[in-house]
Amino acid sequence: MVNLIATAPLGYIKPVTLAGTTLAQMDWAQITSIAPFSGRLADVDRALGKIGLGFPAPNTMTIRGDARIAWTGRDQAFLIGADCPDLGDAAAVTDQSDAWARFALAGPAAVEALAHYVPVDLRASALPVGASIRSQLYHVPACLMRMGADTFEVMVFRSMAHTAWHELEDALRILAARAL
Amino acid sequence: MRIDGRGLIDRAKPISFTFDGRRYQGYKGDTLASALLASGVRVVGRSFKYHRPRGVLTAGFEEPNALVEVIGASNHTPNVRATGQEIFEGLVARSQNRWPSLRWDILAINDLATPFLGAGFYYKTFMWPRAFWEGLYEPLIRRAAGLGSLSGKHDEGQYEKSYAFCDVLVIGGGPAGIAAALTAARAGADVILCEEKAHLGGRLLGDMPQLDGAPAADWLAAARAEMADLPNLRVMTRTAVTGAYDGGVYAALERVGLHRAPRADLPRECFWRITAAQTILAAGALERPIAFENNDRPGIMLASAVQDYLNIYGVAVGQKLALLANNDGARRVARQLIQAGVNVLAILDTRPDASVVEDCPVYLNARITKTKGRHGLRQIAGTHLNGEFVLDCDVLAVSGGWNPMVHLTCHMNGRPRWEASLAAFVPQTNAVPNLRAVGACNGDFSTKAAFIKGSEAAAAALAELGRKAAPFAAPECEDAPYVITPMWAMETSGGRYARAWLDFANDVTVKDVALSAQEGFASVEHMKRYTTQGMAPDQGKNSNIGALAVLADSTGKGIAEVGTTTYRAPYAPTSIAAIGAGGRGMGFAPQRFLTSDRLSRDRGAPMIEAGLWYRPSYFPKAGETDWQVSCNREVGYVREAVGVADVSTLGKIDIQGKDAAKFLDLVYSNTFSTLPVGRVRYGLMLRADGYVLDDGTTARLGENHYLMTTTTAAAGLVMRHLEFVHQAYCADFDLRFISVTEAFAQFAVAGPRARVLVGSMLAAPLGDLPFMGVTTAQISGVSARVFRISFSGEEGYEIAVPTRYGEALMRDLISRAELMGGGLYGMEALNVLRIEKGFITHAEIDGRVTAGDLGLGGMISAKKDCIGKRAAMRDGMVEENRAQMVGLRPLQGEVITAGAHVFAQGAALTRQNSQGYLSSVGYSPQFQSYLALAFLERGRARHGETVLVVDRLRGINVRAEVCDPVFFDKSGERMRG
Repeated sequence: MVNLIATAPLGYIKPVTLAGTTLAQMDWAQITSIAPFSGRLADVDRALGKIGLGFPAPNTMTIRGDARIAWTGRDQAFLIGADCPDLGDAAAVTDQSDAWARFALAGPAAVEALAHYVPVDLRASALPVGASIRSQLYHVPACLMRMGADTFEVMVFRSMAHTAWHELEDALRILAARAL
Repeated sequence: MRIDGRGLIDRAKPISFTFDGRRYQGYKGDTLASALLASGVRVVGRSFKYHRPRGVLTAGFEEPNALVEVIGASNHTPNVRATGQEIFEGLVARSQNRWPSLRWDILAINDLATPFLGAGFYYKTFMWPRAFWEGLYEPLIRRAAGLGSLSGKHDEGQYEKSYAFCDVLVIGGGPAGIAAALTAARAGADVILCEEKAHLGGRLLGDMPQLDGAPAADWLAAARAEMADLPNLRVMTRTAVTGAYDGGVYAALERVGLHRAPRADLPRECFWRITAAQTILAAGALERPIAFENNDRPGIMLASAVQDYLNIYGVAVGQKLALLANNDGARRVARQLIQAGVNVLAILDTRPDASVVEDCPVYLNARITKTKGRHGLRQIAGTHLNGEFVLDCDVLAVSGGWNPMVHLTCHMNGRPRWEASLAAFVPQTNAVPNLRAVGACNGDFSTKAAFIKGSEAAAAALAELGRKAAPFAAPECEDAPYVITPMWAMETSGGRYARAWLDFANDVTVKDVALSAQEGFASVEHMKRYTTQGMAPDQGKNSNIGALAVLADSTGKGIAEVGTTTYRAPYAPTSIAAIGAGGRGMGFAPQRFLTSDRLSRDRGAPMIEAGLWYRPSYFPKAGETDWQVSCNREVGYVREAVGVADVSTLGKIDIQGKDAAKFLDLVYSNTFSTLPVGRVRYGLMLRADGYVLDDGTTARLGENHYLMTTTTAAAGLVMRHLEFVHQAYCADFDLRFISVTEAFAQFAVAGPRARVLVGSMLAAPLGDLPFMGVTTAQISGVSARVFRISFSGEEGYEIAVPTRYGEALMRDLISRAELMGGGLYGMEALNVLRIEKGFITHAEIDGRVTAGDLGLGGMISAKKDCIGKRAAMRDGMVEENRAQMVGLRPLQGEVITAGAHVFAQGAALTRQNSQGYLSSVGYSPQFQSYLALAFLERGRARHGETVLVVDRLRGINVRAEVCDPVFFDKSGERMRG
């Protein structure tokens, strides 16, 4: 009998804490790409309303409990941590759960660590809590979500998880050495 | 010699270091130069060309002479400016460009050859024979004309790069910069203040003016304390802003670890990219020397440097000083020296009408005609208004006036403006968008003006940002006008050895510049190249203005008319290692790993890079002597039993929408709207220019739902192409697509026993899945997709599961395959299998190949339009003489190689006679021969012909038979089953 065991992008990896800031691989979550078809945004919005969410404006996300919907591109958002409600034929719905590695980065050095690689203004004035952007982590394409002043979630293609983790850990190590 | 009670160094913290193997001591806060000067070291380097002994000229980063090598455990850094290198415990520094020692340098012989070695010597002498330049002359000259040496090893030091954003960037931490930063930060703007030196203060530190009737240090301490309390103000010392770029982006280089003992993970430098809405340039000014005969002797220094060494480092650089100046401000240096107890022999003022009121003799209209002291100044002599003078001095402080640091204002093609009253170039306004130059770098030389202009510029910047500045209370301080009479170069005695130096770093003299003009290189840009003036590490910071003044004089033009050379970034020497921080070795590009990566490596598979992916090339087994043996075995699995391979790297694009079919018909050359649901079709995609872009299979999962597969290499390219086509050509098509490459792990199962293996995995029987069909299935409760497609020519399936189950599924597939006499196969075997079948990859579709070349011309549907169709019909794209894909088989089974060229038998082996090339080659165990796919002129008409395969790089010259590219199972019975 076949028995398929799920493996995380980096397998089991211990969180790393450096410069008071912790980098951790996040647990698997249901991720669904929702891309409303032409003129169907209102229908999608209504359907998402049933789970207390709506289609997010560019560069933002909305959170309700464990569920979240984050803008990820033109006419595209990722519903994370919830089953996708029935959207009928209003949107292209695609399972993205396994396509991404998710990292949590939290602590006083989080912004500086990201600033090593993300060519985006990370000041709270430009990237407030609740922002969700597509950018790059050095040369790895990434989704970046600001959960709190010093708390971020980074999503990268699963196959590039090693590189992304290595980069972030490297940045934290440098910042820790700088702080000594 | 140290002077008690002066300087900012911490005398409680002695630090020892070595220079040229000798141990010295300095204090925390010293630079290498200040510590050496305090220890009485006068010669610190040898000049570039003539190998003349040289001492410290400046106290800043513009230093042309005191360039040393700093030797670390993992780094060997040449051309470090001793005037900027802070000492730390254990610092090891070495002089450069000398042999065998700094004091006795063999190549000082060049100095005697001066009459022959003037500017242009190399150009005139080493012209012939032409071939000698690269092999002989250039290496010889390189060795003689030194700029330090490298270790020859990789730089394994840690470097860092980072981005920063701010409302207001202030460049320069002197009075103007501090006033600007405080004004902007107090108003709530996000401010970054960059200062190249270790401490804020600029000339306040070296010049020590009274501010509000108290020492400047008091005011500075208060300012620093306030800055520390402003959370929106980030002070970055030891950070040189090196370039101004579009969009308010500035490059900056921070010395993070270079001034302290190495520590694990501490970067040496950080390369910053700072984006600022508004910028205030308060970069200050640099003092300039005056050219006179032998003005390069150790001990002849800039007046401001003498002052800095006294007031910042507590060092009297000599016992008996003289001051040479053409401006009023420099007098202050003499006064401070006298006050500190240093013997000032005389002030030599080049002006006939200057004041003579000082506490020491003042000679007006002074000219220096002679200096003595090869390893250190001993004597100067010359004339003045009332006669002659001879002074036995060991230091001559020189001030030829000040050059505003206009550099950054010129990085976007701005040219500075000549301001005759200052005898200096000042920035053009608005030369860089949203940048305001203030203070000394804008020609406002008084301390008071610096404070006022700095705060005013900040207020203007704030207004642009919609903020209001509170008035800045500038401290009461000196506001003297800048009084100068230009003096660039003094007459020399005129002999062959009489030289007055302009560019110390590159050994360029007044005579060289004059010669350049005389020989017709009279434009400033030509003079620069002819003499190499301004091309040394200091980039002419000490010499540019003096040199063009001499050039103006030689050509009878005004300085404004001559103009400056182009100022280019970087403003300061910037290590490539810092710019490329993190990019060394494996940091060069992201690594993409398959879910089966660990499994493959555990089995000893050498990994090869396919784009960013790592794929196993073969899986060696005990006793196998080389890769070919393993490869043959793996090919055998697929042909005889069942093989399993990870094919997750192929691009997968999920396409949905009511216009999805129409869209696919547009991007593919063949038709997909007619594809039934549940079926898969092979498709060919053309570029707009008609050449083949990519190929792959696309499955129809539902009426309005397709899943496209691309090659590994072109996954990103195809995604981009689809985005472009949708947005640019058919934005009204209602469809959405997204990459699902990473969402699924996909495995090929191929071979006569593939069906049995796949069937054994599934919860329900596979049923009669036809060739080129797709279905969904359950594997241990996990939803999977099963495709019946083949890239090997055998009955083949591909199973796709959510990526998190990839590794587990792979392990299961392997164990089942092994029980059936099969197993894993890698890229090498995959390649052989597809060559045997004549299947193409990007080795064939390399961007120069048409559908017709591949024998797939029929796939460009006549019934519809597609991207690239018209272009593909152009004359040159369809002509019969094009190289067409064929198979090649060596007559005797000899080795042939991809990249080899094809010639007709008997043809001369010239480039013009090449009729094609081999794109892919593999050894086929079943044919017991190498087989090749090749492109050959009119190839399809030449099946059966014998041609010559020639690879001159590998010494191959083999006869081969042209044949159909499908070597194996031409009818396709095996894969259709």
